Amino acid sequence: MAKEVKFLQGNEAVCEGALYAGCTFYGGYPITPSTEVAEILAARLPKVGGRFVQMEDEIAAMAATLGGSIAGRKSLTATSGPGMSLKMENLGYGYLTEVPCVIVNVMRGGPSTVLPTGPGQSDVMQARWGTHGDHPAVALTHSTVQEQLEETVRAFNIAEKYRLPVILLTDEIIGHMREAVEMPEPGDLEVIDRKRPTCDPKDYLPYAPEADGVAPMADFGSGYRYHITGLNHLPDGFPSNDGKLAQADEIRQQNKIDDNYDEIVKVEEMDCEDAEIMIFAFGSTARSAKEAVKAARAEGIKVGLLRPLTIWPFPDKHLQKYKGKVNRIIVPEMNLGQTILEVQRVMEGTVPSIEGIQQIDSEPITPVTILNKIKEGK
Amino acid sequence: MAYNYAAYLREGKIPHIWCPGCGYGIIMKSMIRAIDGLGWSKDELVMTSGIGCASRLPGYIDANTLHTTHGRSLGFATGVKMANPKLNVIALGGDGDMTAIGGNHFIHACRRNINITCFVFNNHIYGMTGGQYSPTTPKAARATTAPYGNSDNQFDIAKLAIGAGASFVGRSTTYHAVPMEKLMKQAMEHKGFSVVEIIAGCPTGYGRKNKLASPSAMIEWQKANSVNKAQWDKMTAEEQAAEAATGKFPIGVLHQEERPEFIEAYDANVGLS
Repeated sequence: MAKEVKFLQGNEAVCEGALYAGCTFYGGYPITPSTEVAEILAARLPKVGGRFVQMEDEIAAMAATLGGSIAGRKSLTATSGPGMSLKMENLGYGYLTEVPCVIVNVMRGGPSTVLPTGPGQSDVMQARWGTHGDHPAVALTHSTVQEQLEETVRAFNIAEKYRLPVILLTDEIIGHMREAVEMPEPGDLEVIDRKRPTCDPKDYLPYAPEADGVAPMADFGSGYRYHITGLNHLPDGFPSNDGKLAQADEIRQQNKIDDNYDEIVKVEEMDCEDAEIMIFAFGSTARSAKEAVKAARAEGIKVGLLRPLTIWPFPDKHLQKYKGKVNRIIVPEMNLGQTILEVQRVMEGTVPSIEGIQQIDSEPITPVTILNKIKEGK
Repeated sequence: MAYNYAAYLREGKIPHIWCPGCGYGIIMKSMIRAIDGLGWSKDELVMTSGIGCASRLPGYIDANTLHTTHGRSLGFATGVKMANPKLNVIALGGDGDMTAIGGNHFIHACRRNINITCFVFNNHIYGMTGGQYSPTTPKAARATTAPYGNSDNQFDIAKLAIGAGASFVGRSTTYHAVPMEKLMKQAMEHKGFSVVEIIAGCPTGYGRKNKLASPSAMIEWQKANSVNKAQWDKMTAEEQAAEAATGKFPIGVLHQEERPEFIEAYDANVGLS
């Protein structure tokens, strides 16, 4: 039977994905261009037994989202620009205390208010390093409204499986565009719930990882009384001043993501097999890149596209395959050069020319701009 | 027979971090007796806190305890409570945590009237960082960041809470350990957002610089300056203002009203109840 097809806005697709994943709590604050997520979930969550709250600011919205998760609900918050900056303090708390949740960042320009209603891709490094301190990070980015729905489900799955906040790094173009979306039916997409303890509450250690590097997480109120703190903590959750322990625990947290690269990192490779020129593009910019690749191929130019759907962890392994094979990489991005730094790091000087197309004028990078760059040669 | 606190304490976590002479142990004991008096299940008790000396308290209590970021505990508490309204939630913190960095969250929790009990430990100073002036440091008092005396104005936390819409507001001091317990119990029983401000001494961070170096001097100061609400109400507004100017303050239940509780109202509105 044919699947139901809906004409959805990107931000609507986030909501559909969240509900599909079993999200029943949203703590938010209005900000353009993410506000539709809050508006839609305010209406939809009660229908599935969930609750929505509009907090007094972005800081409290992040706090409430983490609190909802600690009490056992899959929790979401969405924001943009300055809102994302404000979330950073409690996002760091979520990393250190290993609380699963999903944060949608509908990217606009920056810094500060700048061009609030237009698109941007300037928060790539913020998604990795925005809060203080070292920590693992997972950020997903994607190029269609269909993917926006599916990647929201995947974001919840990664958050729940690995016990960490996951950032859905989308942008204003994807957030506000409308496309036909084939609606997944129950069972079509995998839905993962966090591991919960089954031991005697007396024996529960909230930060004692199992073989997969992740400890089971008890809901507050479920009979497992335990302590959560943003201080360095022992396996029982209580604070410790042991610096060696702090270092070992942070490395363990980083490893729980790095060791699962193959499961977490997802890319699309288009026409890369024989490519001499590679475009590395993500999000809405990758849509233009795809068009440019098609047009260049029609002219006989050997160009391919590597499009990360997971930007953090960075797709090192996927990119490394092309060391010594491509002689140019073009990195178009709506910022002044963030992703290109990572491409340069991974390729370690093996590519004769890595060139950026960098634009922060609140306009999308067009296929023609990318095609011209391809043809411009070196 | 002496009261046995052990049933509510994580004894392995004692001794606590508080300095000799700190008033927070008195508050913790009153709070335990109040919780015990209500017969709240430890499994259904959630205690959240921010950052600072007061905020270390939940680590000592055998409950679901959440030591969060500076000033943000009410945001976390709101999420926990909305995710599972059956849980009894206490959010606590110091004067700096709740009314400076957490001031926005504090006033909005009051306005929202969510069924959370908030204990504000007011020792008039930032203790953990070593004695900087806070929003409740008296004018002209000395602090490490007010070496010439404090130029800044004071928050009256109870008045702030009443003004912002908390439906139960009380104040006590560490001198009044037994009335404090009763007041805390009333606050926890109240449906809606309840605030109890507890005046406490910080001999280390505040007293030493302000001629109140001994713990007993600080407790004597509390005794001498607190006025029972019934007595306070007998004064005219002018008399009250004159008393307040000398550092006097009313204690007891300062405000109580019945207002729709936030989650109940939300659930009724959206068809969840």
